[in-house]
Amino acid sequence: MRLWIFLPLLAICVESAAEALFSKDEIRELRKQWLLPAPTLHPRHKQLSKLGKKLFFDTDLSIDKSTSCASCHIPELGWSDGKSTAQGLDGAPLKRATPSIINTAYSKVLMWDGRADSLEQQALMPFFDPLEMGLNEKLLVAKVASNQEYSALFAQAFGDSAIDSARISSALAEFQRSITASNTRFDRWLKGDESALNNEELLGFKLFIDPQKAACAVCHHPPNFTDDGFHNIGLSNQHLEDPGRYRFTPISLMKSAFKTPSLRLATRTAPYFHDGSAKTLLEVVEHYQKVGAKEHNFSPSLLPVNLNKEEKEKLLAFLNSLE
Amino acid sequence: MKFFITAILALLSMSTSVMAAEHVIGQKNKAFTKKSITIKKGDSIKFPNQDPFFHNVYSMSESKSFDLGSYAKGVSKSVKFDKQGEVIVQCAIHPFMKLKVKVE
Repeated sequence: MRLWIFLPLLAICVESAAEALFSKDEIRELRKQWLLPAPTLHPRHKQLSKLGKKLFFDTDLSIDKSTSCASCHIPELGWSDGKSTAQGLDGAPLKRATPSIINTAYSKVLMWDGRADSLEQQALMPFFDPLEMGLNEKLLVAKVASNQEYSALFAQAFGDSAIDSARISSALAEFQRSITASNTRFDRWLKGDESALNNEELLGFKLFIDPQKAACAVCHHPPNFTDDGFHNIGLSNQHLEDPGRYRFTPISLMKSAFKTPSLRLATRTAPYFHDGSAKTLLEVVEHYQKVGAKEHNFSPSLLPVNLNKEEKEKLLAFLNSLE
Repeated sequence: MKFFITAILALLSMSTSVMAAEHVIGQKNKAFTKKSITIKKGDSIKFPNQDPFFHNVYSMSESKSFDLGSYAKGVSKSVKFDKQGEVIVQCAIHPFMKLKVKVE
């Protein structure tokens, strides 16, 4: 008897956790904004992706047969590598952190400095970088052609077994489009599962989108938690060391500006920032609380962040729900 | 005589303002509200930011190079196109925002 009384009450409580923070109209609007659509895939996605996966994990496709795409984009580490800055051939330190490839299917520009406009363009860049994989176009095609296992995969993907760099990049790009995260707890809440987020996480989400509080969504836009934009976030002395986007867009606003990373599964992709200088998400949040307009060439998009300890915990709880 | 010169100057300034038009192209939902526009030499384009975050407007085209800086929602800035040619206008923050201006 008691259970019959309490069950409807429980249902009301669960529903009101979100509704106490957002109106029904707001929730409807948030769902519309933040739910990821299905990515646009090639009609032969399955075949291309199968080939792309083999290419992605193939260490033979580097000058000394030591390195594949997956050497830096490690699935278990959120398709990043857990290092502050990436390592190239012979362990040579590279300038920037390895960006995760999760949800790059939705990216309008790629790489920290945006030097690639498409996954197809990006896919070949590490192969041809002397510090990363050390090949050239001719060597890459020759190495792929020398492996008999590729012949059937190219035929399935393209209708014949001819191998060229355009086909290699198409297959790699299509494989990367399959690396998506769209069913995090936050996504399940967006899809209507009221129990997917608890009250603390919902409060954290409210702080995340509030321009007067954490103001994260000013750059981490819906639905992919990125504006595909470039900002100087005030990391110390970075303008002296790494010009970032300025190399391709030489106007002062772009000095040491880097691409806003997406956040789904960010819990797995530590350390953070283009230079890997933040070890945890808490350090990320504290960085934004510390820096301000006084920093050299600081992005005007970044609003002052003023969170107390409890608010920071709520914000982190929300970020952890993107898992 | 003085009246005559003043009248001529007034007419000249009127004809200039009639000839040079100001076009308006907004920045909304991370896109310019038009993808391309054809204007006359001497015309201006005003770029109001209608998004709730900063945008920038710049061009590095040969016939017109400029940087209006970055500005917030509700702010507008204008630029005059005083040379014929094709000008690609972009937002540096969001480089996928592109506008092609054909100046005749």
